[in-house]
Parts: sequence; C-alpha cells; structure tokens
Amino acid sequence: MMFRPKTLKSLFLLVLAAAMLSGCDMVVMSPSGDIASQQADLIVWSTILMLLIVVPVIALTLWFAWRYRASNKEATYSPDWDHSTRLELVIWAAPLAIIIALGALTWVSTHQLDPYRPLSRVDEGKPIPEGVEPLVVEVVAMDWKWLFFYPEYDMAVVNELAAPLDRPITFKITSTTMMNAFYIPALAGQIYAMGGMETKLHAVINEVGVYDGFSSNYSGHGFNGMRFKFHGMTEADFDQWRAKVKAEGESLSYGVYKELEKPSEYNPVHYYNNVMPGLYEKIFNRCVDPGQLCMKDMMKGHKGHQMMGHGEHAGHEQAAMPAGDHHGH
Amino acid sequence: MSHSTTLPAGENGQFEFMEMGEHHAPNGTLLGFWLYLMSDCLVFAALFATYGVLSQSFAGGPTGADLFDLPLVALNTSFLLLSSITYGFAMLQMQQNRLRGTQIWLFITGILGACFIGVELYEFYHMIHVGAGPQTSAFLSSFFGLVGTHGLHVSVGIIWLVTLLLQLNKHGLTTANKRRVYCLSMFWHFLDVVWIGVFTFVYLMGSMA
Amino acid sequence: MSEQFDIVKLIFGRLTLESIPYHDPIILGTFLVAATLGLALVVAISRAGMWSYLWNEWFTSIDHKRIGVMYIVLAFVMLLRGFADAIMMRIQQAIAFGDSTGYLPPHHYDQIFTAHGVIMIFFVAMPFVVGLMNYIVPLQIGARDVAFPFLNNFSFWMTAAGAVLIMASLFVGEFAMSGWLAYPPLTGILQSPGVGVDYYIWSLQIAGVGTLLSGVNFVVTIVKMRAPGMTMMKMPVFTWTALCTNVLIVAAFPVLTAVLALLSLDRYMDFNFFTNDLGGNAMMYVNLIWIWGHPEVYILILPIFGVFSEIVATYSGKRLFGYSSMVYATVVITILSYMVWLHHFFTMGSGATVNSFFGITTMIISIPTGAKVFNWLFTMYRGRIQFDLPMMWTVAFMVTFVIGGMTGVLLAVPPADFVLHNSLFLIAHFHNVIIGGVVFGVFAAIAYWHPKITGYKLDPFWGKISFWCWVVGFYLAFMPLYVLGLMGVTRRMSQFDDPSLQIWFQIALVGAVLIGVGIVTGLYQYYASWRKRDELRDETGDPWNGRTLEWSTSSPPPQYNFAFTPKVYDNDAWWHMKANGFKRPTTGFRAIHMPKNTAAGMVISGISAVVGFALIWHMWLIAGVSFVGLILATIIHTFNYKRDYYIPHEEVAAVEAKRGEVTA
Repeated sequence: MMFRPKTLKSLFLLVLAAAMLSGCDMVVMSPSGDIASQQADLIVWSTILMLLIVVPVIALTLWFAWRYRASNKEATYSPDWDHSTRLELVIWAAPLAIIIALGALTWVSTHQLDPYRPLSRVDEGKPIPEGVEPLVVEVVAMDWKWLFFYPEYDMAVVNELAAPLDRPITFKITSTTMMNAFYIPALAGQIYAMGGMETKLHAVINEVGVYDGFSSNYSGHGFNGMRFKFHGMTEADFDQWRAKVKAEGESLSYGVYKELEKPSEYNPVHYYNNVMPGLYEKIFNRCVDPGQLCMKDMMKGHKGHQMMGHGEHAGHEQAAMPAGDHHGH
Repeated sequence: MSHSTTLPAGENGQFEFMEMGEHHAPNGTLLGFWLYLMSDCLVFAALFATYGVLSQSFAGGPTGADLFDLPLVALNTSFLLLSSITYGFAMLQMQQNRLRGTQIWLFITGILGACFIGVELYEFYHMIHVGAGPQTSAFLSSFFGLVGTHGLHVSVGIIWLVTLLLQLNKHGLTTANKRRVYCLSMFWHFLDVVWIGVFTFVYLMGSMA
Repeated sequence: MSEQFDIVKLIFGRLTLESIPYHDPIILGTFLVAATLGLALVVAISRAGMWSYLWNEWFTSIDHKRIGVMYIVLAFVMLLRGFADAIMMRIQQAIAFGDSTGYLPPHHYDQIFTAHGVIMIFFVAMPFVVGLMNYIVPLQIGARDVAFPFLNNFSFWMTAAGAVLIMASLFVGEFAMSGWLAYPPLTGILQSPGVGVDYYIWSLQIAGVGTLLSGVNFVVTIVKMRAPGMTMMKMPVFTWTALCTNVLIVAAFPVLTAVLALLSLDRYMDFNFFTNDLGGNAMMYVNLIWIWGHPEVYILILPIFGVFSEIVATYSGKRLFGYSSMVYATVVITILSYMVWLHHFFTMGSGATVNSFFGITTMIISIPTGAKVFNWLFTMYRGRIQFDLPMMWTVAFMVTFVIGGMTGVLLAVPPADFVLHNSLFLIAHFHNVIIGGVVFGVFAAIAYWHPKITGYKLDPFWGKISFWCWVVGFYLAFMPLYVLGLMGVTRRMSQFDDPSLQIWFQIALVGAVLIGVGIVTGLYQYYASWRKRDELRDETGDPWNGRTLEWSTSSPPPQYNFAFTPKVYDNDAWWHMKANGFKRPTTGFRAIHMPKNTAAGMVISGISAVVGFALIWHMWLIAGVSFVGLILATIIHTFNYKRDYYIPHEEVAAVEAKRGEVTA
C-alpha cells in the first residue's frame, strides 16, 4: 500500500533481470508472502532513491577522468581553484536530501514491517477476514534441526513447516543452545533464534508452493543441514497435512524430547503428537528437566536467606542446575 | 575558510622555511599516558555496562544484599582514598626535590594499596568459600569481573610503585623519574576514581536492592 | 593417574602428538611447502650473511620508516595466507553441489572462513594501514620519528606475535570454527571445547595490545610533534585521517580487549557472562564486539580516504577541493561511527524504534562520505590528470566504492536487512567496500609512496596488469554474490542442493583466480622494479611533483628525516615551498638527537607469544613461568635509561651532501 507506482518497479526489475541472464530465481525479489513482498518493494525503492545520486557520481567520475586527462590540452586547468561555497553546499545538500527521503522511508517501513507487529492485512488490499485468528507456530532451533510446535493442534514437526494461505502466522522463536536465524526468504525476513530468549515474527503466505527455509546464522558443525521445506497450502490441503502429522506422529514425551535434543545433523522430517504440556515454554525458559530453575525466575535472588546458611545452600543450588550445562569438560 | 598562506604571493624569499636552530618536539609522555588511561577507562566502561546488564541475573543464587559486607568495603574504600592522599604528599615532596620524603610517602601509599588488595582478597575468599564464586551466577561473574579487574590494576600499580622506588633509589629525582612518578600518580588517582564508581554502583546500590 | 602423567600434563597441557594434523593431506602439503620456503629463506639469508643486518637495521630498529615497511611486509605475507583461504572457499563452493560434498569437510571449511576473516581484517588490512601511517605521518608533519619510538617497535612485534599464533593454529591444533567475530554461545566452552577459539582469543588479544599502543603513539605524535606553523587546519589530509583513525583505535580497541577477556573468563574459569544458563547473556557479547567492530571498519577506511585525497590532488596537479569540508567530514564520520553498531544485528529483535534509529544514524554517515567523493570529483575537475598507477586505482576506487556504499545503505534499512542479513549479498557488500576501498587504497598508496620508500619508481607494466586483474577479478568474484544473496543464499555454507546456483559460484571462482593473478603479478612488479631500479631511480625525492612535506626530503629519507625541521605556511607545505623559491640549506647542520635501537620489543612480544601459546594449550607451568618472565622483562626494560644518542653534525653534513639536488 505504501509503494504504489508499479511501473518504476517493474522497469527496475526488468533491468535487473536483463543484466542477469535467465535461469535464476531471485526469491528475495519475488517472494510469495506479503511481508517479504513489501520488503522486496522497499529494496527496490531504496535502490532507486540511491541511484539518483550514485549514477551521476559514477558518470561524472568517468567523464572528469577522461575530460581532464593530462593529454587533453583543451580542457581548462585551474591549479589553485579549491573552494566554492555554492558547490560545497550542493555537495552536502544532495546526499542530505536523499538521506532525508530514505530516512523517512526507513522510519515508516521499519515500524510497519516490524516482525513483532501483528499483521494488519493478509495481502495488498486484503484485510484480515473477520474471526480469523493467527496460526501460532513455536519454533525451536536445535542442534542441528528445527522443531516446530503447533500448540493449536497439539502436534510438532521436525524440519518441515506448513501453513494455510492467507492466514496470518505468529512465530515464537527460541533455541536450545546456539544462536541461529529463522529464515524463509519467500515468506518474510529472518530473525535470530537464541537460547533463553524468545523472538517473534508475524507473516503470511499468499501462494501455494514449497519454499526453502533454513538457519541463516552459522551455528556450528551441523549448520549446513539445518534446512527445511515450508509448504504454503490451501485450507483443505493443510487440514490433510495436519491429519497426516497426527496419524503418523509419535508422542513427544519428556524422554523422546531428551533423545531429540542430542546433537544430530541432516535430520529427516519427523512428526509428533501428544506434546508434553508446556514443553515450548520450558525450552525457552531452560527448565525442561524436572527441578530446574526457570529463566523467568532467574532475576530473583535468595531474599531472606542470611549469610550463615549459604555454604549449604549453594550446594543445594548446584544440584538443581541443568545437568548437561554444569560443566563436565 | 582560507587555508592558504595569508602572506602575499610573489614575495619570494620572504619565508623562512627551516628552523635553523635546535628544534625539540615537546615531550608527549604525559599526554600519551593520559590517552592510555582513557582507553583503560573504556575497559572499565565495558565492564560496568556488563555489570549493569547482569546485575539482576542472580540465577537463584545470592544477591548483593546477601553478600556485601558494607563496613568492610567502607574500610577498604578508606584505604584506597587515603592512599591517593598520601600519593599527593609524595608529589608535594617531589616538587620540593626531596627524594627521601618522596620515597617515604610513596612507600606509605604502597602499603595502603597492599592493605586494599589484602582486604579485597579476603572478601573474594570469603564469597567463594560460602559458595558465591564467579561461577554461581552471571551477577557474580560480572561482580568478580569488574572488581577483580580493578584489583588487578591496583596490584600492577603496586608492582610499578616498588619498581619506581628502586629506580628513585638508583637515579634520584631525575627528569625521567619525575615523569614516571607523575604517570603513576595519574594511574593511581584514576583507579581511585574507578573505585568510587565501583563502590557506588556495585556495593551501595547492590546492598540496597 | 600416575604422577608421571601429571607432570607431562603440566608441561604440555592438552598438546599431544595427535594435535598435529599430519593426517590431513591439505594441511600436511601446506606445511611442507611453508617449511621448505621458510628453510630456503633462512638458508638464503644465512648465505648472504644478512642476519646481523636484519637484526640491527630492521628487527631492533625504532625508526618509524623501517617499522612501517615491516608492517607492510607482514601484511603481504598474511595476504597470501588469507587469499589461500579465500580461494579454497571459492573452490569448495563452486564444486559442492548435489551429491558432491566438495573436497573440504565442514570441520575444515568452517575453520577456513573464520581464519580468512580474522586474518584479512587483523593481519592484512590493519598492518597495511598501520604500516602506511607509520611511514608517512611523521614525514608529513615534519617530525624525526614518532612520539614513542620504542613503543612503536613493540607494537609491531606484538602484531607479529599475534600473526605467529594464528599461523601456528594451522599446523598445531585447529582454529576457531565460529565466524570471524566468534559469537557465543557457539564459542563457549561447552560448544567449542577445542583450542580453536583460544587461538582466536589470544592472537587477537596480543595483536590488540600492539594496535592500541600504536594508536596512543600516533595521536600523541600528531598532536605534539607537528612542524612549527602546521596548525591543525594546515595538516595534510592523510595526517588528519590518521589522527581520526588513531583516536578511534584508542576508543574502540579497549572494548575488544574487555569482551575477549570476558569470553576467556567464560572459557577458562567457568564464568557465566555469555552462557545460556545461570543468567548469562550472549546478546551482550554481540553488542560489545560490534561496539568495537563498527569503528574498526572506519579505522581501516579513514586513512585510505586520506591516501586518495593525497593522490587525487597530486596527480590532478591541483589543490584538494574543499579541504576543510574534507576535514569536517572525517571528524563527523569518526564520531558517528560509534553510534551505529546495532545495524549489524537488526535481526536480533530490538524494537522498531531502536532499529530505525540505528538505521538512520548509519545512513547519516553516507552524507559526509558522499561529500568526500564529491570533493575528490571536483579535485579532478579542471585538473591535469596524470594516469599513473595510483590514479588508476583512485578512479577504480571511486566507481567501486560508491556501489559498495549504496548496498551498504540498503543494508541499513532494517526491513531490507531482514531479508539480506547474513546472506551473500552482505558478503558482497563488505568485500565491495573493503577490496574496493581499503585494498585498492593500499595498492594505490604503495605505488604512490614507493619511490619515497625505496628511491625508485615502480615498473608500471606489471603494475597495470595487476591492476586490471584485481579490478576485473573483483567484479567477477563479487557481483555474482550480490545475485546469490538475492536468491536467498546464506553465508558460511559448505555445500548446496540447488544446482541453479552453481554457475554463479563458478563465475565467482574465476574472479577469485583473476584476483590471484593480480596478487602474483603485483608481487612480481616489486621484484621487476627492483631489477630495474637503476633505470627507475628518482634522485629528486619528489618524482610526482608532490604537495606535502614527505616529498621535500630525499628518497629514501635519511634516518633523521629532516636535517632541519621545516616551517609550514600552507596546507600544501611543500608545494608552497617550491612555489616560493625554497633553497635547500647546505651548511649549518647540527647534531641530531635520536632514539637508540633496542631488542626489548622483540623479547617482550616473543614472551607474550609463548604465554599465549601456553594458555591456549593449558600448559599451566609454562604459562606461569613465562608470565612472570614477561613482567620481569618489562620491568628490566624500564631500568634502561640510556635510550638515545646524537648523530654528529659531520655525519649529517655528509649525508646531506650526498643527496641529489631537488628541483625547486
């Protein structure tokens, strides 16, 4: 809605396409989700704005270099000319003007496309239909695979993701250990997945298709294999897919999760149902194991305890610490 | 803004282009040392910022209010503040070219510094002993990181001070040695200032929480 | 566990024979080549009887010119290593498609991209830039040396010690597999228990000390030691940019030191600064390292802006257009470079307001930068441009750099960054500004000042071949990466599924090979020029009709730089002297007060490297002993009060009499 004039954009894309031969699929520039489309538009508009100054600079550089070459005795030579207030004003004002325009664009678009902001539409000119609640997907980056929870349907999937068309999706994202980034270029921009932290992303998919999703922040040995397919589906197909997950799924109990948590690479797609209650909250609060202190309670100290008892007390605390993380190296 | 010469052009030979006499660039040691201190100040800034971020991350462990023994820290603070004053006396003696007096006051400064380090080590020992070591929580990591770095600086200051006492003994109050006494003085007062920050932000505010 | 075993462990820590990767054919081959070349070099030096010359005239020298050259040599050596890493990555990515996993296992590939980044920034770009400042700044301000000549030598050797450690990681143990900024928790002890991250930490800590001290040194040099009459607004632009860069070094490197120290506490003593558990916060590391990291890129590029300002004025035969606007632009960039660090992680989930604030401050930097480009442009305007090699680099720089600047501003728009962050688009962007800016600038600078440093010009034939290889190679190697970024390809991948990507990687490989040819021909250019040195010799000391003071002395300059301290009336001081009938004095020489050579810098840095190596391998006994040794060596050095001497006036007179007549 903010980037109306399509002609300039298509012209620009034409140039880009012409410059680059055929046969390459620039998913970032022609995505299938509304958020990513707006981000692509923003790239185009920012680039056009900057080309307004970059093209003349490059042209002038080459022209001056040619025109004032030493062998060209016709060109004027003024060895002591080194100042012109008027020119200096232009020199500073021209980039300033571009940056003011770009800055305004940045301010508006950053707020509009803030990943934390719930969607206000599902596509250009298409408001969110009455009564449609966003699909909540809880994303966990693990070593080295993705675990997606669908709390609404009490199911979870490793390395596969699906969503119905035109229904807003709310991703809540965390990680078990490493810092990763959750990125589906066709859908929306990336956001980091971090241990003990929850980031959010709101997005929507508008076209049926199978898209690439992956971690875009290097996270160690298995990083290369942290890829999954994201399916944009019709409502009916999505229901079918759900039923399949439910039917083929294994129950995600504590024991199964602990097994899954172990580092592994290039994991195949795997389905789960009957998810252990509150598992996602526990993962991001880092208290999956019974008796562990949850992150949300971390800020609290041991008020009321006096110094005397501390020796014994600290011992108790240690025992309560996550077993795997209290170093055994 | 005109930046070419203001003298009229064409009057050749009017300029004296060379300093024909002895030219000594001014000594930059004090400026250089001050710059170093500013960079050190940024190390502390990073540590303070870290402490600020982590000061509430107790991870279920003890808080500052549980751990800090304010009377002891007050004693320690007075050691350090006093040592700054005694260093000042050393500087006064030096300005009057009194070698002996300078050495005595420097020595006293060193003793006070050593007392400070001693008390700090005791405090650390005690905390670790009651299970509040730096491994316990991010809060304690940042506490030990910040206070420990300061303590390390004071220790280096003491080593430097001893070295300087030996050098004063050997060469007396020469220009080079005076410059060194000045530099150490800046270093010592700088650590004092940092400590005031530590005392306020870590101990006082930590105890209030 | 026997007592015997404990002693072995105390001495050797975790270093065992198994730590030496002799089973890896690539590393073994590299080692054999390096060892052979090293041995050949040692033999050649010994046979020529050059050791005492090297020791007395170079290694222990506190002459800023010698130290500057040593920095540049170090940078070239490390450039070869960094480039070898680059070409290995390019080959891997060009072949690892579908069923092929390429020739590098991820374990090796991940070390290579980390090492490539670390080496290119810390041990190539930094030594190049510091080396140039070392050589040129004192000459430009009419000084005889830097403010602290010993520290200068020490700084160099600390940088070299860091480089030695990072090279050691190739053959003993492994390097970090973490990316060049080593984000935790990946680099925490749980996730990276090996020695790689420790190599990273200690090589950077040791080199960082050197850089910081050299920053202090140059600020004081420029503030205190300028020739009489040279006010701040009469300083040459390169000196101005050097001043700003060194202020940035003093203000940024302490943060790096602090954050690496915190990471080592996490790793060595189980602290919890950046761990996932017990309240640690890895985001703090990311913030702190970029508070250093962003100014770092300006530390690299600002002096290069200065280089181009000097070159464009000299070869256009014209005053620099808009000197004061150039100076203010530099100062504004210096200040702003501290207010933009968050743009490196818009995707970490800060709010929209924070993100747009940092996005906009980033864009604001492009205003003074744009002003600078225009200033160079209008310096060329109505000039008489001589297209010698430095000027060719300058034009290539101006065209390439604005493209890189544009993609940089694009990345500063947070929603655009969400789709481009960590992609090959980002990789293309920063190579675009670092190669198109820093590297082109360094080669321009070397070609420009080469006659000053050696006394003869560079042979343009090989230089031009190298130039075209670099420029064409750069575009071939990195434009495809922009395209790949837009295709959604992320960085640090060791293999790919989608076969349609392969062609772009193959083009990039061709570009990288071309850059390799550029490096080889570039190096050959130095050799070919040395062969023809008599033909190319410049007796005047001022081969380009220069404008600033370094051209007023002979080439190469005498140890004391200037027999008489010059007096300055104009910001193009030497131009002004020439225009006003300056005649070089031939009598009245006085004895010159100079600092003495010392081996202390080498000794202390050498011990530092040992301490670092021992800490990396947990050799606690050696670490303890050598740490005490380090402190003792430093203290002993402070007991040396006789650090200077006088060059007698007869000697000065003799040197000056031998000098070729300068055209004036």
